[in-house]
Amino acid sequence: MTCRHLLILLALAACNRSEASDSPRGPDLVSARQTADMIHAVIAADRATYARDVVQRLTITQKVQIVDPEKGGPAPLAAREDWKSQHGALPLPAQMLRLGAEQVLAGDSGLSYLLLSPWPVNKQNRARTELETRGLAEVTRTGKPLYGSEVLGGQTYFAAFYPDLAVADACVACHNAHPDSPRRDFKTGEVMGAVVIRFPLK
Amino acid sequence: MRRIAVIALWIAASAAASVYLAMSLDGEGRRVYLPGDTTSGHHQIEERCELCHSAGDGVREEACLGCHREELAEADDSHAPQKFLDPRNAALGRTIDARHCVTCHREHRPRQTAAMGVTVAATFCADCHQDVLTDRASHAGFSRDGCAAAGCHNYHDNRALAEDFLADHLDEPDLAAQPTVAPVSAARAAGRPLTAADIDAPPGSRPAAAVDEWRASSHARAGVNCSGCHGGARLAGSGPARAWTDHPGPAACAGCHGAEVAGFESGKHGMRIAAGLPAMTPADARLPMTDDAAHRTLGCASCHGAHDVDVRRAAVDACLGCHADQHSLAYKGSPHHRRWLEEQRGAFWRGSGVSCATCHMPRVRRLDGGEPRVLVDHDQNASLRPLESMVRPVCASCHGVDFSLASLADPALVRRNFRSAPSAPSAAMELVRRRRKESP
Repeated sequence: MTCRHLLILLALAACNRSEASDSPRGPDLVSARQTADMIHAVIAADRATYARDVVQRLTITQKVQIVDPEKGGPAPLAAREDWKSQHGALPLPAQMLRLGAEQVLAGDSGLSYLLLSPWPVNKQNRARTELETRGLAEVTRTGKPLYGSEVLGGQTYFAAFYPDLAVADACVACHNAHPDSPRRDFKTGEVMGAVVIRFPLK
Repeated sequence: MRRIAVIALWIAASAAASVYLAMSLDGEGRRVYLPGDTTSGHHQIEERCELCHSAGDGVREEACLGCHREELAEADDSHAPQKFLDPRNAALGRTIDARHCVTCHREHRPRQTAAMGVTVAATFCADCHQDVLTDRASHAGFSRDGCAAAGCHNYHDNRALAEDFLADHLDEPDLAAQPTVAPVSAARAAGRPLTAADIDAPPGSRPAAAVDEWRASSHARAGVNCSGCHGGARLAGSGPARAWTDHPGPAACAGCHGAEVAGFESGKHGMRIAAGLPAMTPADARLPMTDDAAHRTLGCASCHGAHDVDVRRAAVDACLGCHADQHSLAYKGSPHHRRWLEEQRGAFWRGSGVSCATCHMPRVRRLDGGEPRVLVDHDQNASLRPLESMVRPVCASCHGVDFSLASLADPALVRRNFRSAPSAPSAAMELVRRRRKESP
């Protein structure tokens, strides 16, 4: 966690330095892309590690059993939406990303990031702005990032959309079985949505 | 001449009003400045304006969270403010700014105030979740104001309504085969058991009745001498001596029962003490109370007794000595009360009885001094939102979740203290049952 925050701070610092330059090539746009790319590298690495090496490893590969002192057991260790009120449960990978994102938002750095999808289990995570609609369509079609800017609440934001891949069988198994999932034919390695990174531009 | 008399009268009236208002700047007199009735959650502390307001007029967000932060965190708040800091929510924030408590909870507006001090229209969920009514076939035709009213969703605490939790508890029996509440962990003993020969009270402070009650109490068995509560001597390992007092308050109890006293001061029984005000009396309450209890003051001893510290009396008779609402009056003779009596006379197993405290001051597992212990949660306010906070730690200890939700959603049944089965199944459970059947 410390390492991730350090990288994010370095990236933002790099962005601010570049914005102060007068390069005719549009330094703001270039530096913003580099900044977003670096932030995404950290987020994507954390996300893949948690989904594959924690959730999939413990719940599917190792089938870890836990004992609840109130209910007894053993019972299978699980990642579930109501993890916080369940003894020994893990946050879902999407929740893990959101928990970190909420802490970053509370820190008031200006940076925000989230998961969006054309097939969201939680409908709050579908495209809401014109850029989000375009970004999700492009990312899921091409598998490549898309960059842009948009005005939200009177402030101009740089926004970058990165393909969010089903890095583990656990991602596919859960999304294909969830009663609220609008799509149930995901395969491991496919694009399931986008990691969206935003920060304000001057 | 008449004009002079009018002016003199005006000056005198203004002076009298000024004096009256100036004299009302302190204590209970401050209530004259209230812009409207305070909600039932805050009326006990309404004369301490500065607890919520900063100089001028503003309400400090921190004032809300100073008292409610922990319970919101424990509830895994479904709509915690940090969820609304993302800039993509800016447009929604113009409709309802969910970052601030006072958006939905405005004080001193009795005509607008609904349950839980909510002052926005009951349709507020649809401001952000309108799509649920159109996207989800299971919710088609539902009313915009029915999300919470139907007992399916809460704004803050959905621990007992989360779909996965409900799915885990589908088709449970109404009552467990051997319903039992967890035994309370004993407080750590202060020393060896004591007898009357050991008492260390000053010679003039040893009334026989008090000594007799103490000798038979758990305090004597746990080595807690008179000075342990009254001060005046130094208990081994308990820090420096305190001066003797005939009437020790909750602070004295907190030395050994810190978690219990903290809970008491978080709830309606002790919140005035926590706010630095004189202790609450039943006359201050807005719920119906017995007439003869009106001027009792609430402290630890008012329920537990000063010297016998009888937890059984504290669990039922102490409550019914003050509370006189329909639910309380219907307790005696209810199935829960019959279980309580049967446990007391030894006919049923330990933990099988259901007292007032079993439900309203439930036993909770907490880390206390680094050790996991089962404590009685003395914050009765924490259980005053039954559909939010009572199902999991209380009802589900003995009953099926479906039965519990359905019972708590039936106001007539609550008033009659659960003397029969609920009249309708839980709406939330029915939805989950249907969705699980329809899922691939």
